[in-house]
Amino acid sequence: MPVEYLKETPSQTGGPYVHIGTLPAVAGLPVRTQERLDVLVAGSVPGERIRIEGMIWDGSGHPVMDALIELWQADAKGRHDNPDFLGFGRAAADFTTGLWSFETVKPGVLPWRDGRAQAPHVSLLIFARGINIHLHTRMYFSDAAEANATDPVLKSIEQAGRRDTLVGVRGERDGMVIYRFDIRLQGENETVFFDM
Amino acid sequence: MRPQQKRRHKREDEMTEMGDFIRRDRSGHPPAFTPGYKTSVLRSPRCALVSVEQGVGEKARIVFPRSGLDPLDNDLISNFSHGGEAIGERIVVHGRVLDETGRPVPNTLIEVWQANAGGRYRHKNDSYLAALDPNFGGVGRCMTDAEGSYYFRTIRPGPYPWRNHGSEWRPAHIHFSIFGEAFVQRLISQFYFEGDPLIPLCPILNTIPDKAAVDRLVARLDMGQQMPFDALAYRFDIVLRGRRQTFFENKKEGL
Repeated sequence: MPVEYLKETPSQTGGPYVHIGTLPAVAGLPVRTQERLDVLVAGSVPGERIRIEGMIWDGSGHPVMDALIELWQADAKGRHDNPDFLGFGRAAADFTTGLWSFETVKPGVLPWRDGRAQAPHVSLLIFARGINIHLHTRMYFSDAAEANATDPVLKSIEQAGRRDTLVGVRGERDGMVIYRFDIRLQGENETVFFDM
Repeated sequence: MRPQQKRRHKREDEMTEMGDFIRRDRSGHPPAFTPGYKTSVLRSPRCALVSVEQGVGEKARIVFPRSGLDPLDNDLISNFSHGGEAIGERIVVHGRVLDETGRPVPNTLIEVWQANAGGRYRHKNDSYLAALDPNFGGVGRCMTDAEGSYYFRTIRPGPYPWRNHGSEWRPAHIHFSIFGEAFVQRLISQFYFEGDPLIPLCPILNTIPDKAAVDRLVARLDMGQQMPFDALAYRFDIVLRGRRQTFFENKKEGL
């Protein structure tokens, strides 16, 4: 008999009302109404201010309008231990359009396990009704094509054409830098999801 | 520039010393595509997940300060009071958070949400005809202590119908979200109550193919921990992914 470990608690869907526990104001509860978890930056945190926004699309090409998206990232210097920057955000897909967004700073380069550089990226987790265990993906930046080309995680995706599903496209609106990132749960151009 | 570089690499080494997390055993989780739960059909990826080792970001931890919690956050019976307490069967839920190697997970945030005693959620999108309870919000949170123990007080939620194969009924359940000590331990799930006859009928629970795994989502009646003449107690332990030791993987010189 091999050594037995305790077994991880099984996942269950976050369900349609996931917002109650995670973003109560979005659910319509008059509690924690000042909390803006979709805004990661306040005050003088250094780095380029950006907005990341997009939609999540289901296998029939319709937007998912009840998802919770979490964003985890390093700071502008590629650090995950900055006491002034939590590096964690949460946003809900809009109940009528499906659009979600974060305001943050562009993360820096950070080292991979073997010392090689990882291209700047944010990690995203998706929780929603119909998603039995959260989906984990990454968004890279379209204006960092050179760094993306040598990123060890992107390179680990065997089908090179699928790597583009992880690149947010830089644009500008009202003087704000915006990266657009669409997540396709299923079908053509299905986003790459990780098991890490 | 130089000292910063050094510090970063030292941090990387510290992370490495703590070891990678044991790969997720997905046989104990529901797969993405579970046609018995209809909504999963169009929301499940068709491609296989891409397996990659963990980097520094996947082992990074979010530290939520204990001071960010309100003293009533772990008391759902009174944290939404508008002059009274929530209606329903009063319960205390408690347990321990361990990792797969049996190590306690201290100081981690647990968020909970649930329907009221009639099975109604306080959410814009819930239109079930059961009444809202003016004194029940259905949201709470707590943190584990140094030994990984947690507790909160609430009312037992009611079952409620939902549209799947016609009208189906959810067993009483409480949703929970837990962070653990690293990104890869993140987990959102639901726990149920021992003896609920709706458990074997639930399409969402039945997305989990392994019956022993289903059993790990069932809170046990704990008569010993009841609050006498006040509340029944249920025990629910949570297990997060374990972390490997680093037997020969010492500091990488010159990195």
